[in-house]
Amino acid sequence: MNTRRTRAVARKEFLHIVRDPRSLAMALGMPLMMLFLFGYALTLDVDRIPTVVYDSDYTPESRELIQRFQGSRYFQILGSVDQYETIERKIDRDQCLLGVVIPQDYSRKLLSGDEAEIQILLDGSDSNTASIALGYAESMLQRYGLELRAVAFNRKGGGHLVPPIEPRLRVWYNSELKSKNYIVPGLIAVILMIIAALLTSLTIAREWEMGTMEQLLSTPLRPAEMVLGKMVAFFGVGLVDMVLAIAVGVLIFQVPLRGNPLFLFFTGCVFLFGGLCWGILISAVARSQLLAYQMGMLSSFLPAFVLSGFIYSIENMPVVIRVITHVVPARYFVTILKGVFLKGIGFEVLWAEVVFLLTFAGIVFLLATRKLKQKLA
Amino acid sequence: MAASHEANQWAVEIEDLVKRFGDFVAVDHVSLKVRRGEIFGFLGPNGAGKSTAIRILCGLLAPSGGRAIVGGFNVATEPEAVKKNIGYMSQKFSLYDDLKVEENIDFFSGVYGVPPEQRAKRKEFVLDMADLQERRDSMTRLLAGGWKQRLALGCAILHEPPILFLDEPTSGVDPIARRGFWDLIYQLSESGHTVFVSTHYMDEAEYCHRLALMYRGRIIALGEPSTLKKNLRSHSLMYLDSSDPLESMKALEGKKGILGVAVFGAGLHVSVQDPASTRRQIQDLLGQRGIHIRRLEMISPSMEDVFVAMIEEEERKAS
Ligand SMILES: Nc1ncnc2c1ncn2[C@@H]1O[C@H](COP(=O)(O)OP(=O)(O)O)[C@@H](O)[C@H]1O
Ligand SMILES: [Mg+2]
Repeated sequence: MNTRRTRAVARKEFLHIVRDPRSLAMALGMPLMMLFLFGYALTLDVDRIPTVVYDSDYTPESRELIQRFQGSRYFQILGSVDQYETIERKIDRDQCLLGVVIPQDYSRKLLSGDEAEIQILLDGSDSNTASIALGYAESMLQRYGLELRAVAFNRKGGGHLVPPIEPRLRVWYNSELKSKNYIVPGLIAVILMIIAALLTSLTIAREWEMGTMEQLLSTPLRPAEMVLGKMVAFFGVGLVDMVLAIAVGVLIFQVPLRGNPLFLFFTGCVFLFGGLCWGILISAVARSQLLAYQMGMLSSFLPAFVLSGFIYSIENMPVVIRVITHVVPARYFVTILKGVFLKGIGFEVLWAEVVFLLTFAGIVFLLATRKLKQKLA
Repeated sequence: MAASHEANQWAVEIEDLVKRFGDFVAVDHVSLKVRRGEIFGFLGPNGAGKSTAIRILCGLLAPSGGRAIVGGFNVATEPEAVKKNIGYMSQKFSLYDDLKVEENIDFFSGVYGVPPEQRAKRKEFVLDMADLQERRDSMTRLLAGGWKQRLALGCAILHEPPILFLDEPTSGVDPIARRGFWDLIYQLSESGHTVFVSTHYMDEAEYCHRLALMYRGRIIALGEPSTLKKNLRSHSLMYLDSSDPLESMKALEGKKGILGVAVFGAGLHVSVQDPASTRRQIQDLLGQRGIHIRRLEMISPSMEDVFVAMIEEEERKAS
């Protein structure tokens, strides 16, 4: 292994990335775009939430509650229905996002001083919007409850308190109601996987396509040196992306980072290394950029997106798919990310995930250099 | 001692080299030796197997049979050592278009492992040699064909390799740039480099010290250009300018004493065994068909004639 030759490859690769607007956009633009698409864009336009009301109490008290929703700029009452199922159907068809159900005993309980309950149905398929909508509804109900309490207090001169209104939740589709707090950390895994596997596999395929591989092979440059040089360059890009994504998550989306950032960084590097090796392995099989792109998408991006637990809960998947997720490295990194970000746990709990990532990276690195050597010979 | 001196004399030794792709034999039992410092030409039409042979010599392809020694190292068993001793310019331009001239040079300096203290000197040498000083900051993509070829050659000699393999280095380049390129090849040869160069331009073949004519994977002639031409004179060449070249060709082909007919410019080159008796015969054959002969004379063969004659002989042997 010759570091001089490896360095030359790394420098050249870095120049390619900087010079090619496409790969630069992919390396830096795409992660940001994904972050903002999943995190921010959905957060911004949550007002005038389309709302449907089912008032089975039909009393002045229940109408006053509906008035409150109507008066808020966050909700837009689309109409009243007289059946519970109608709300479900409307949510199913994306005709509304929120349903307010006022039960028959609402006014009776409110007036008698019991805890009055109303039910709120949410479309959880877009968890970001759903959690924000819920937040608005809750705070509005809380304020309304306090107001009622104060009025009662004044009227009765200190008698018993009217309890606040208690919303009961039913969330459609996404029962855990994952918020951006869950999405953003998980997204970091997807982003790193794309950068690592996809970009790396494209760069070797490009050398084959352009005929420059032939020239490289006639030099004393060894496959391992070429692989390492390219990996160094993309490792750099991956690190920038990782830091960028974490910074955007923490600073813009206010995702709490409760655990040790260094541990996060270290596991991120291991994950990145595994992804880079995966990219090299793809390129050892695919000689055209198109094929490399397709294989990269299928074998790295999609599993990281679908099978990592980033959006879809693994527990709810069919058994076969659940078994498959065990060989998806992103799954382990998503667990680490969520653990470190949200629970503040570290190596003492997540060591098994770290061991898996290390093993994966090691095996794929060996496979990749072996395969490439075979192919070059 | 004598043996090692003997071995040292050859930059490239090929014995019975074979390369098969499936059933197809691209290189068919080729044997040849190239002296140190020699400009050795590899001449042949497209598909003859030139590139395949060169790629084997550069350690890029494993031979199916036979033996090839380059710079004293066996290409099949010591490709790493071979690669340190050669410079290779592939048939397709293969520098990085999105790197600047200087960056390409720096990169290849790096992968060839040129020691850092020599890099600046080697870079200046290459920039001077290729006449690229003023364009060192240009994007390689923007260079014209001739400059690109010179840069590619420059990048292949950064590590001062004793042996150079140039695969059709001048294809697609204008004639003036081709001349300039051959001047460089001469310079390199004079400074002790062995240059193994393939081409399908006949005129370039004449610039080589020695030549191998390759056809369908086989070497059909080997020697100095002048010797090859002299050998051909054993069956002489005549130039025929007639009123109907195509009809003339039909009339003469395959007749006794006539070894081959080839279109050459507006006329025909006819190779014959015995000029004295055949002249009469040609006049008769064409006269019968009412073809008017404007000129019929002995000429000295060009490389192209040698090549055509060799191939025709080859085909005759085959059938
Ligand atoms: N990798 C390969 N697989 C199959 N056939 C090949 C391969 N490389 C070259 N050939 C065939 O070998 C023959 C010789 O090709 P090549 O060496 O490129 O000829 P030249 O350089 O003289 O034009 C051609 O018929 C070509 O199609
Ligand atoms: Mg060729």
